[in-house]
Amino acid sequence: MTSTLDLLSLDFVRNALIAGVVLAVLSGLLGPLVVGRGMAFSVHGTAELAFAGGAGALLVFGTDAVGWGALVGAVLVALVFGALGQAQRERDAVIGVLLSFGLGLGVLFQSLYTGRSANKFGLLVGQIVGVDVGDVLALTVVGVVVLVVLTVVHRPLLFASLDPDMAAARGVPVRALSIVFAVLLGVTVALGVQIVGALLVLCLLITPAAAAARLTASPTVATVLAVVFAEVAVLGGILISLVAGLPISPFVASIAFAIYLVCRVVGAVRARWGRVAVATG
Amino acid sequence: MTPSIRLSGAEVRRGGRTLWSGLDLDVAPGEFVTVLGPNGSGKTTLLMVLLGLLGLSAGTCEVGGRPPRRGSPTVGYVPQQKNLDPLTPLRGRDLVGLGLDGHRFGPAFRHRAERARRVREALLQVDALDWADAPVGALSGGEQQRLRIAQALVGDPGLLLADEPLLSLDLARQRTVVELIERRRREHGTAVVFVTHELNPVLPVTDRVLYLVDGQFRIGTPDEVMTSETLSELYRTDVEVVRVRDRILVVGAEDRLVPTGGHP
Repeated sequence: MTSTLDLLSLDFVRNALIAGVVLAVLSGLLGPLVVGRGMAFSVHGTAELAFAGGAGALLVFGTDAVGWGALVGAVLVALVFGALGQAQRERDAVIGVLLSFGLGLGVLFQSLYTGRSANKFGLLVGQIVGVDVGDVLALTVVGVVVLVVLTVVHRPLLFASLDPDMAAARGVPVRALSIVFAVLLGVTVALGVQIVGALLVLCLLITPAAAAARLTASPTVATVLAVVFAEVAVLGGILISLVAGLPISPFVASIAFAIYLVCRVVGAVRARWGRVAVATG
Repeated sequence: MTPSIRLSGAEVRRGGRTLWSGLDLDVAPGEFVTVLGPNGSGKTTLLMVLLGLLGLSAGTCEVGGRPPRRGSPTVGYVPQQKNLDPLTPLRGRDLVGLGLDGHRFGPAFRHRAERARRVREALLQVDALDWADAPVGALSGGEQQRLRIAQALVGDPGLLLADEPLLSLDLARQRTVVELIERRRREHGTAVVFVTHELNPVLPVTDRVLYLVDGQFRIGTPDEVMTSETLSELYRTDVEVVRVRDRILVVGAEDRLVPTGGHP
C-alpha cells in the first residue's frame, strides 16, 4: 500500500496518470461513434500508420519528434479513410492495404534506428513512464481542442453516423463530417499510440464502447459508460503496470476485456429477464 | 392562404438530361398529392428539390411561401423502409429526436424539457410510446417505419414528403402507415407529397396525382389522370387502365419500362 502511495508522489507517475485521464476521456467520447460507424478496422489501420510515423520521426529527428511523427501519420491516413465511401468491402480492402504498408514501414524505420530499444518498443506496446510535463501539456491542449470540436459537431455527427440517409435528407453535410471525424480519430489515435502503444489502441477506442453498447441503446448513457470504462482500464492499467514493473498495455487490455465480458453477461441476463436493453445479435 | 408548395415553370436537369420541365404545381395545405411514374422519371428528384437539397435549373419553387431550405423543420421527410442495423445504438426516442435537431451544430444542453415533450408528442401521434425506449434495431420493419413517421412529424411540419414509404411492408403495415399520415393531414392540415409505385394503398386519400413519364407529366384527380387515354399519351404506347372494385390496375405501362425482375 505504501509503495503505491509513494509511486503517486512521483512526478512521472502523476504525468502518466493525467495523460491517461485525458486519453481515456477522448477514447470514451469517440468510441461509441467508432463502433456505430463500424470503424474498428479503420482505428487499427490508423494506429499502424501512427506507429510508422512515430518510428520514422524517431529515426530521422530523435525522440522529441515521435509525437509529431505519430500525429502526422495518423491524421494523413485517417483523412484517406474518412474520404472512403461507405461501401464496406472497398473500405476494408483499402484499410488492409495501408495498414500492412504502414506496419512494414514502421518495422523498417525501427530496424534502422540504433538508439535505445525502449524508445522503439514504446510505440508498439506503450511507454507511459516516458511522458513528461511537456507531453502532458500538449496532450491536454489537443484534448481540449478535440473536446470543443466534438461539442460543436456531436449531434450532426451522431445523426450522420447512425442514420446517414436521413441525415443527408435533412441537409447534414455527411461527407464533410466524416472527414472531421477522421481527423479527431487520427489525433486521438496518435496520442493513444504514445501511451498504450499501436497494438492496443483498439482496447481503448473499441472495447469500452462495445461494452457500453451491451448495456444501453441510449447514445448519451453509452458515451458516459464508455468514458468510465476507459478511465478504469487506463488508470487501473497504469497503476498495476507501475507496481508490477511490466508494460502497461497488457493490463489496460485485460481490464477492458474483463469489463466487456461482464457487460455482455449482464446484457444477456437482462435480455433473458425480458428487460429491454439492447438488441441481441 | 399561402400554398404549401408552389412550383412554377420548374425544370430540373441532371447529368445533361432534362428530367422534367415546365412543371406548375400548387399544393394547398392539407392536400394529398401522390406522385407516380417509372424509375428515373424524377420523382425522388422532386422531393430533393422540395427538401432544398437540389436547385432548379429553371423556374421557381416555394415551400410555405419561401424558397426551400435544407433541414427546415417545417418539412417532414419519410424515407423508404430500410431496416436499421440490428446493433444501431439508438432508442426509438433518440431516432425521433434526431429528426428534430440532429442537423443542428452546437451543444445540446438548451431546451431539453421542450425537446423531450415534442419527441413524446410525435411518438404519441404514431402510437409508438410503448416501445420508445427499445433499441431501434430490435424493432420490426413496420415499427421502424412508424418511428420514421414520428421522426418526420416531430418538427411539426406543414408539409410531409414521403419517398416510397410502403415499400417492403406487408399490406397491414402499409395500411397503418397510410392511416398515420392521413390522420396527421386531417388533424393538422399538413400537406402531403407521397411518392410511390403503387397507387392503390393511397387511392382513398389521394386528392391529386402527379404522373411523371420521360419528362412528360399530367396532374389531376385520380379519375382524370388514371385513364387509358391519358396514360397511353404519357407512355406513348397502348396502356389500359382497368378499375376492379376500388382498385386501379394499369396494364402495359410498367411492363415496357421496368424490366422483369428489375428494381421494384
